[in-house]
Amino acid sequence: MTLPLFAPDDDPGPSFMALLRHAGHTPPVINGDVDARVAITHGTTVVAIRYADGAIMAGDRRATSGNLISHRTIEKVFPADRHSGVAIAGAAGPAIEMVKLFQLQLEHYEKVEGTALSLDGKANQLSQMVRNHLPAAMQGLAVVPLFAGYDVRRGQGRLFQYDVTGGRYEESNHAATGSGSLHAGTVVKLGYRDGLDREAAIDLAISALFQAADEDSATGGPDLVRGIYPTVATITAEGFTHVGNDEVAERFRNLIADLTVPGSLGGTEGSGT
Amino acid sequence: MSMPFYVAPEQVMKDRADYARKGIARGRSLVALAYDSGILLCAENSQRLRKISEIHDRIAFAGVGKYNEFDQLRIAGVRHADLKGYSYSREDVDARSLANQYAQILGQVFTHEMKPMEVEILVAEVGNEPGADLMFRILYDGTIVDESNGTVLGGEADTISGRLTERWSEGLDLVGALSVARHSLSGPDRVLGATELEVAVLERTSARRAFRRIDDTELDGLVAADPEPPVDPVDEPSLGDPAG
Repeated sequence: MTLPLFAPDDDPGPSFMALLRHAGHTPPVINGDVDARVAITHGTTVVAIRYADGAIMAGDRRATSGNLISHRTIEKVFPADRHSGVAIAGAAGPAIEMVKLFQLQLEHYEKVEGTALSLDGKANQLSQMVRNHLPAAMQGLAVVPLFAGYDVRRGQGRLFQYDVTGGRYEESNHAATGSGSLHAGTVVKLGYRDGLDREAAIDLAISALFQAADEDSATGGPDLVRGIYPTVATITAEGFTHVGNDEVAERFRNLIADLTVPGSLGGTEGSGT
Repeated sequence: MSMPFYVAPEQVMKDRADYARKGIARGRSLVALAYDSGILLCAENSQRLRKISEIHDRIAFAGVGKYNEFDQLRIAGVRHADLKGYSYSREDVDARSLANQYAQILGQVFTHEMKPMEVEILVAEVGNEPGADLMFRILYDGTIVDESNGTVLGGEADTISGRLTERWSEGLDLVGALSVARHSLSGPDRVLGATELEVAVLERTSARRAFRRIDDTELDGLVAADPEPPVDPVDEPSLGDPAG
């Protein structure tokens, strides 16, 4: 690999994607509906909640191809940079590639320019990446991310939701995306209070994922046999931190203990008899 | 058609080298040295236009001389590293290959372009163990010098490097390393304060991005904790041989 030097009028600037185009790396253009022809791996439910110290993001660990479970331990919540995180739902391949590019885009900007982008700047970059992905989304490879970060200039956590066209919508308190987002979102909505502390926010997030897994076959619940639990991360003034698997497991055990009522069946099962 | 005068190649090279050296000597200097948990880079600089920056997870860049020229090289290095990390893996980005690329470019410019680049640059990589740190100093003509323990870039490099060799010892802590760097840059006649220094470290223990700037209150604290008293011309050891 040679050193990439550019003439001033041809310089790609601080954008890593522009640099990739200069270097000849361009994503393939796909014709026709991909999803109908080959089984595509999909990631499912992720949620983000704003709490007292910043924001929390959580995602289940299941990936599906059609009606099959293709992966039990996929990660859907990633650090974007020191003070922000991105969570993905949709076609797993393009989504993970988008996260990788997004992380590089932010880091590359920070290194070339010497300062990090503002949180709005980061959210806008992700919006452009989702919009650029629209042709592939129309062929069944939709990627719908969530973006959350700690705004160091405002001193608070902020959340952004996207649609396939790159539309960016800032949510004030909580957001969810993916196949189980309807159920997860409702749980978060009902349990949300202003100024939640860290533990309450984690409990609310895992409870939302548990309920989503209960209703949506594509969302994975806690796997007590294999010890697989959702990914949970907090984003505060100190930065992006994964919540340890042991802590998540412990909170899940408490949640399950609270939910267990002897002799009762779920509403769906009970209704027929 | 007029014929150009014949100039001996030796003379051409010498003139170019003199030109580049003069440009570099005009600027202020920079010191890099190994300490117990990584590499410390310290420049006499106002901190606004930076001489020290991050290239990749474990690699830092430092340049002295003409700002626009070394900054162009810095950005090219960031691009090279990020493209390489994207195409292969982040682990595959290494200082040696980057230093070679820089040497190629500087050598090419020195022999083929109208004027050589008036820069001297450093590519430093922190290793996993204390002995595995790398420091490559690259001169205006593409010469690479593989340094260990410490190095000096810029004008007065010989005098400063004499002071550096005298003061440096193995296993310095951060306070000690900054003290060595600061007093090597300052010399016997003056003391550089925190506002006149640009400082950054490559920390061995960092999970991923080892580069960290030391500024504001942290730098003030480290300078205040300096065990060495303010320079007293009488106590100052003699500079000795400037080539030291």
